[in-house]
Amino acid sequence: MESIISVKDLRFAYEDEEGELQTVLDGVSLEIEKGSFVAMVGPNGSGKSTLAKNLNALLLPQSGKVYADGMDTSDDSLLWEIRRSVGMVFQNPDNQLVSAVVEDDIAFGPENIGVPPEEIRQRVDSALEAVGMSRFAKQAPHMLSGGQKQRIAIAGVLAMQPDVMVFDEPTAMLDPRGRGEIMAIIEQLHDAGKTVILITHFMEEAARADRIIVLKDGKIAADGTPREIYSMSEQLHGMKLELPFAVELARRLRAGGLDLPADILSEEELAEALCSLK
Amino acid sequence: MAIKDITLGQYYPAESPVHRLDPRTKIVGTVVYMVSLFCVNSFSAFALSILLLGTVIAVSKVPLRFIAKGLKPVLILIILTMLINLFLTPGELLLSLGPLKVTEEGIYRAAFMALRLVLLIFGSSMLTLTTKPIQLTDGMEALMKPFEKIGLPAHELAMMMTIALRFIPTLMDETDKIMKAQTARGADFESGNFKEKAKALVPLLVPLFVSAFRIAGDLAMAMEARCYRGGEGRTRMNPMRYSGRDGAAALILALYLAVIIFSRTLGLF
Repeated sequence: MESIISVKDLRFAYEDEEGELQTVLDGVSLEIEKGSFVAMVGPNGSGKSTLAKNLNALLLPQSGKVYADGMDTSDDSLLWEIRRSVGMVFQNPDNQLVSAVVEDDIAFGPENIGVPPEEIRQRVDSALEAVGMSRFAKQAPHMLSGGQKQRIAIAGVLAMQPDVMVFDEPTAMLDPRGRGEIMAIIEQLHDAGKTVILITHFMEEAARADRIIVLKDGKIAADGTPREIYSMSEQLHGMKLELPFAVELARRLRAGGLDLPADILSEEELAEALCSLK
Repeated sequence: MAIKDITLGQYYPAESPVHRLDPRTKIVGTVVYMVSLFCVNSFSAFALSILLLGTVIAVSKVPLRFIAKGLKPVLILIILTMLINLFLTPGELLLSLGPLKVTEEGIYRAAFMALRLVLLIFGSSMLTLTTKPIQLTDGMEALMKPFEKIGLPAHELAMMMTIALRFIPTLMDETDKIMKAQTARGADFESGNFKEKAKALVPLLVPLFVSAFRIAGDLAMAMEARCYRGGEGRTRMNPMRYSGRDGAAALILALYLAVIIFSRTLGLF
């Protein structure tokens, strides 16, 4: 498979208040395949958000290289094409909507990249439909729920027709219902062929990806399929990452002597394994 | 939550030809109308101004009481202007109440001023009542565009207004949240005299400013992620277009202005 994001020995440091350099990313290298669904997890301060912002040139590597769809993010002339092709949805749904009318907000991105008016209209309508918000087109964002606002934010990125969509903890500020809505849309987008990168600290959400990258102290601590990652439960505990409920329960049952397979991911799989015991 | 239900500006939603006019037409029209009110110096010319505004109001389907609401804050000013004009205009004495003298000219001028002020307020209210804030912003941006050559940041100003409109409810929410948090910890925003109340606002304003800065930072990041780079090369989903309706409105307005100016210079009425 062809890779669409390519990070080579990326290093990044912030200067803290005392003027000392705090290393956030310490030599990260990774390839992300086109059309894949990758989850990035890690404890607070592991550098996952900084890594995400490096993917569409919101931050530039201090050393190393990032290529988005073959474009070097440190090349100034490619900046806007990079940001169009790698869209980003942020954590706080309130702080990323620009306009007081839903459809105008979705039009904001396409307007910025100079799409002709008739085409903007089409893109806005289809983006609204993709997130199931068509009937809210003329409403004011502040009247919507958190989950709905976040769906508008996703539609706003979608209207720019990106190849990659990066979600930076998109559900962190939502209630369980909003969280479910957003995860369903993310899976739909992946099914529709978009490359999805989901940064999260919910292991349940990461379980839906094809690949999980675990970051710790600015380095890649683990990289594999959800099954592979969850089998390393001791290491995850060390990083204060909680296993999904079903995985954790299966682990404890196994520890208690039940004969369960080691690769259980979901509650359904656990239920099935439990039923087929004896 | 009650704080969320506030309507922004004072837009009165309705389907009318006035609502559908291009915002640019309405902004220029309002300015022209306001200027015309200062040219008017006879009652018959005022009758024409009233007729024009009355027709616009009737066509717009905005109820009169909505427009009259705009008078409330300036009612005292209007009454004061009337009284001053009534008693302090020199001229032919009609009536004298001790030191106060009412003259014929005084009555005229008081009536003129009152009419002028009421029409000014009604006229400008019609603009905001029939135009959505966002359309007003777009209209202003387009009208200011020619002045970009002399360094007026038209697009930036319009973008600022758009963002301000979008974030007023968000900041209201934020204020509400901070207020509740401070009240829970014993802050008192209700009692005390003016000075004490003003002091009580400090623990509210400081966190509000901090959060406004945080929001601004987040928003700037999100806007850049969506390829925002100022007004250059930007297209619009709904580009503003003048229609026949705008032509007709401009024609009526031009005729009106012509009559007002002629009547003043030639003393027709």
